[in-house]
Amino acid sequence: MASKALYSHRDPVLKKRDDFEDILEERRNSSDLRYAFKCYTPVLYRGLTPCKAATLKSMVLQSEQLLHVINQVSAESGESTDVVKDEAAAILEEMAHRLQLRTIRFFAYTLSKAFKALYRSVCVNEEGIQRLQQAMQEHPVVLLPSHRSYMDFLMMSYILYTYDLSLPVIAAGMDFLGMKFVGEMLRMSGAFFIRRSFGGDQLYWAVFSEYVKTMLRKGYAPIEFFLEGTRSRTCKSLTPKLGLLNIVMEPFFKGEVFDVNLVPVSMSYERVLEESLYARELLGVPKPKESTSGLLKARKILSEDYGSMHVYFSPPVSVRSLAQGRINRSQFNLTPRHVAQKPSEETQAFVNDVAYRIVRLQQENMVVKPWVLVATLLLQSVEGMELTELMEQTSWLRDLARMFGAFLDWPDHTPCSMVVSSSISLHRNLACVSGSRISLVVEGPQGPETPEEALFNRAVSVLSCASYRNQVLHVFLRPALLAMALSNANSSRKEDIYSCFDFLRNVFSDEFILSPGASVQDFDEACHLLVKCGAVELLHQDVVMAESGRTVLSFLTLLLEPFLQGYQVVCRYLREEATENLTEKQFIPAVRSFAVKLHLSGSLKCYEVLSSDLQKNALNALIRLNVVRRVRTNEQVLFKVNKAAVNSVEDTLGGRIPTQKSILARL
Amino acid sequence: MASIGDGSERQRIAQQRLRVLAGHLRRLGAEERPGVAAQECRAGAGTTEPDDKPPCSVPKRRQDIMKWNGWGYADSKFFFNKKGQGEFTGKRYRLSGLILPSLKDWFEGTFGANLQHKSPAVPSLNTSAVAPPSLNEAFVEELKSTGIPFSHDTEDRVFRAHGHCLHEIFSLRDGRVGRCPDMVVWPNCHNDVVKIVELACKHSVCLIPYGGGTSVSSALECPPEETRSIVSLDTSQMNRILWIDEKNLTAHVEAGIIGQDLERLLNESGYCTGHEPDSMEFSSLGGWVATRASGMKKNIYGNIEDLVVHIKMVTPRGVIEKSCQGPRMSTGPDIHHFILGSEGTLGVVTEVTLKIRPIPEYQKYGSVVFPNFQQGVACLREVAKQRCAPASIRLMDNEQFQFGHALKPQVSSIFTSFLDGLKKFYITKFKGFDPHHLCVATLLFEGDREKVLQHEKLVYDIAAKFGGLAAGEDNGQRGYMLTFVIAYLRDLGMEYYVIGESFETSVPWDRVLDLCRNVKERIVRECKEKGVQFPPLSTCRVTQTYDAGACVYFYFAFNYRGLSDPVHVYEQVEHAAREEILANGGSLSHHHGVGKLRKEWMQETISSVGLGMLKSVKDYLDPNNIFGNRNLL
Ligand SMILES: Cc1cc2nc3c(=O)[nH]c(=O)nc-3n(C[C@H](O)[C@H](O)[C@H](O)COP(=O)(O)OP(=O)(O)OC[C@H]3O[C@@H](n4cnc5c(N)ncnc54)[C@H](O)[C@@H]3O)c2cc1C
Repeated sequence: MASKALYSHRDPVLKKRDDFEDILEERRNSSDLRYAFKCYTPVLYRGLTPCKAATLKSMVLQSEQLLHVINQVSAESGESTDVVKDEAAAILEEMAHRLQLRTIRFFAYTLSKAFKALYRSVCVNEEGIQRLQQAMQEHPVVLLPSHRSYMDFLMMSYILYTYDLSLPVIAAGMDFLGMKFVGEMLRMSGAFFIRRSFGGDQLYWAVFSEYVKTMLRKGYAPIEFFLEGTRSRTCKSLTPKLGLLNIVMEPFFKGEVFDVNLVPVSMSYERVLEESLYARELLGVPKPKESTSGLLKARKILSEDYGSMHVYFSPPVSVRSLAQGRINRSQFNLTPRHVAQKPSEETQAFVNDVAYRIVRLQQENMVVKPWVLVATLLLQSVEGMELTELMEQTSWLRDLARMFGAFLDWPDHTPCSMVVSSSISLHRNLACVSGSRISLVVEGPQGPETPEEALFNRAVSVLSCASYRNQVLHVFLRPALLAMALSNANSSRKEDIYSCFDFLRNVFSDEFILSPGASVQDFDEACHLLVKCGAVELLHQDVVMAESGRTVLSFLTLLLEPFLQGYQVVCRYLREEATENLTEKQFIPAVRSFAVKLHLSGSLKCYEVLSSDLQKNALNALIRLNVVRRVRTNEQVLFKVNKAAVNSVEDTLGGRIPTQKSILARL
Repeated sequence: MASIGDGSERQRIAQQRLRVLAGHLRRLGAEERPGVAAQECRAGAGTTEPDDKPPCSVPKRRQDIMKWNGWGYADSKFFFNKKGQGEFTGKRYRLSGLILPSLKDWFEGTFGANLQHKSPAVPSLNTSAVAPPSLNEAFVEELKSTGIPFSHDTEDRVFRAHGHCLHEIFSLRDGRVGRCPDMVVWPNCHNDVVKIVELACKHSVCLIPYGGGTSVSSALECPPEETRSIVSLDTSQMNRILWIDEKNLTAHVEAGIIGQDLERLLNESGYCTGHEPDSMEFSSLGGWVATRASGMKKNIYGNIEDLVVHIKMVTPRGVIEKSCQGPRMSTGPDIHHFILGSEGTLGVVTEVTLKIRPIPEYQKYGSVVFPNFQQGVACLREVAKQRCAPASIRLMDNEQFQFGHALKPQVSSIFTSFLDGLKKFYITKFKGFDPHHLCVATLLFEGDREKVLQHEKLVYDIAAKFGGLAAGEDNGQRGYMLTFVIAYLRDLGMEYYVIGESFETSVPWDRVLDLCRNVKERIVRECKEKGVQFPPLSTCRVTQTYDAGACVYFYFAFNYRGLSDPVHVYEQVEHAAREEILANGGSLSHHHGVGKLRKEWMQETISSVGLGMLKSVKDYLDPNNIFGNRNLL
């Protein structure tokens, strides 16, 4: 199996992780101004002859790669090469960063102030920093942080500046440029801007990829981008996007650099700034256009407590080592290297595997806060629960999470009850205690509200809370899929359970990070963990629930229940209401109002189906399963639904139809 | 130094020319100079030694003058004297008898070696350790009746059981000898070869042609799985120039002649082939053809495939040759190209007609210093683009440049000190050159004096555009010397736990830099991973230029103290380096050939269909695998 090498089965608990240092501590004790003007002399990539941002631009414009495309475009369009060249120069002008130390120093000062106001601590694993420093000298480095907040890249640059490391250049979305001043500030602190979609624009692609590759080949600066493509509104990792990853790996494939180091960075927030904004957005309140005033309004945010934050730099991953035995680099021998080639299937699969591997590394080193466990439990009793019960269950869940390898930030020598109540108080906007009970906070208008409004407000709370639960999903995901397979399969034969597991895994592979082709490994890992915690036993060809396993298994099934229900509702909508001419634009509002209708009629309790994220993922899954077909007509995209097939997917999800047997020799 | 002057009489030029050759190579021995022998082999004459045979620089009994477990002449070697200074023994080379004071520091510094830690070789060949020959009696009987000389003396056999790969020499130094030829035959001429091949076919004997024994591809190694009697067919006695044709400027030569004899004999008539592989002291014409050899001065004279006009080869199917000596033909695929590079798998090359040239009037060395390797490569690329490459142009990287310094003799009228010169230069001219980055190109110009001087100017002007500064003739000359003594240096290293080897490739221009950097780094990294305790020497030079690319030559050596199986580690690293070369768009080999060492990559190199083509030729010519050295396929 291709990905075997990338995902060797191992017990996640045995992972050793580094200790953290709080970088704000020193900021609280010494002058920010002096810090902003400190002597900054990062070690550079050994092959680097430093050059100015402007020199970089002219190198890109004169590169063979770009000239080749310019000539092609000119030949195809009939425009003179000079015109096309100007066009390329304009694209580059719009795109390129203008990294300068002055701006960095400005940010160093202001962000120090801001971070101190926002966060109790910003904890960084210094061993990771040391490894990074080493890696930066040896090979070009690509920084791959998780993306949960606008803060992410400011924080990254801030940390690198603090540790005297080379500042990264950062791929950012063009939407920032909407905010004139901020956009330019970001540009001067190393951001370069890419249009969100440039599908067939050959010239744009060429300028963009050559710009990135030139910086990488030269080792100009570490290149930073977000594999997830955009901020995750749900705090779940998003399916990785491959475009930029392809670009940064190509110089290695073509022998232009000896190696490329990929450094996954996990940025965990105790509270994300955008918390409730995200929930509203998912529920269909349009996202506020990034505008300077919008961000300034965020000033009031500064008065709030966002707890602590953890940044974990994973050990660098060498592309060369990953590619060993998987990529035949001599495939590039027969074409001049400046001629762009479509990546071979082998290469695409490889890049995809690497992307998943990196996202999983990000997940593994995400710090899980106690509140995440509390939120997880609260969501399983939306009507609220007794505080004492919550304490008990949290402590139980803590132990389970640890056993499953979660990177928990649980204070030593503090009673569980204290830990729980202090996290509740930090998140008092989400949960409140009245008497001996705790329940979700639902903000509502002062006056009377319509049933829709009430539903909507409730959904905001649930989705906000879910964004915390989502932070621990990766820990429980595989065992939970197995738990669900156990309850869905009408058999205890390993084979049947595996095929059920495989089906669920396939259905949810847009929802969660499930590496393609790693189904067997995932199954093994899930079995291993469930056996370890005593929830199931493996007997010859059977997987059976252990007597003591009920609690764990029911917790795990409940954990995924909202997704299962959500997907079923989407199916039901498609089956019952979708018309012949369902357009792409209609889909989300239509599913939403279908779900609202079900809610109001009392036949649906699940709120997460209202999330556009879930709706999109479910649709993508159905498209992948060939149950829904995307049809592109002149102006729009239509969805053609095979209702019988949808019905059967829905039934299978509900465990009413056994999954087709997929015989696997390995089992 | 190399100015010959304007005199035009051939004889005088020839004399001068000999001195020139001796100049960059060795001192001429006192032996009488043989003339051209323009007579037919007396087929079946029954004499073992035709009396009109010119003496050869390497005798039949190679053991009389050559090392049994190292490179070259027994009387010539490097050693560290009691004071720890490097010295080169003997009288043959320009370095002979000289003291090399910087060698020790360079050696210890580069490898982390220590003169106290020795790894001496076994003192002599233990003949009892060699398996007795398995003779094919019927073959021997019939061979006797032909009068062709042969031997199954152990030393004769061991000498022909190996080439000069590291593992081969390392084993010998350890006193280990693998499968050897069971006997050696010395045909005197083409017809003798025809007879031997006939008898071999008749009696099912395995034949392995042996030329100068300089193979570096395991080509001469006897396949251990071979069960038939193995006969080494030593061509060294087929060493006459049969005729010289001054009208067409060709010479017809027996294939066993070795490079230095061929040049010397032609020089006497005022000619040369200009084919000068670094191994030319010992390698043979037949060996060159069989391996597609390349000479240092190919820019003027061409590689072996450009030099041959006609080839005669004896195969189990019969003799293959063309019917005329036309300079170019359109008669289907060129059959010469099945022979060139056949590595002894198809038959024995017995006679070759070669192009010859009048000895050049004037020869001049030169050198250019560049601020870094990148600039140097850019310059060579430009020179190639303008098609104005001198006879030879080589660009050494910084490590190799420093290596060159290590060989600076103590007292020398011939060598001015480069370093001293450099220091002087440094202040005045080289400001801004980082001694840890600069690299040097060595040049050799040949031709009319006038033209050489013009040519020289042209090249230096181009160099200047890439930041290159002329750095004198001596440095150029020393660069070339290095390549002649490198094999002797390896023997020195092996006395002190240092093993090494060179390997080469050819690569398109745009990939030269990337390939050099990646391969060098791969070597360093693999050494570390394989547990080598000291950083290796990993260095390269661009050694030939072509229109569409260049030939790159790597040296790789390391200190193996602390390793239990150093040769295995060495081989793993070389293997990885070759993988890296191929991944970076380099070829499997530019001139060393494939042999058995690089066979595993043949299919990916020439495609399975290509391999099938070659196999079908082999099947047709040699269905019973008489030429069973198992190279190439
Ligand atoms: C120090 C050193 C420097 C070198 N420098 C160069 C260089 O500059 N350029 C270069 O091209 N190579 C170089 N080589 C490699 C080697 O010298 C060449 O491959 C050379 O052509 C081999 O010739 P040989 O006579 O020594 O052949 P051998 O080593 O005796 O044989 C080589 C192969 O050719 C076959 N063979 C030999 N003679 C015949 C024949 N008459 N008919 C059929 N098959 C035959 C043998 O069976 C064997 O497979 C160098 C090697 C060393 C050790």
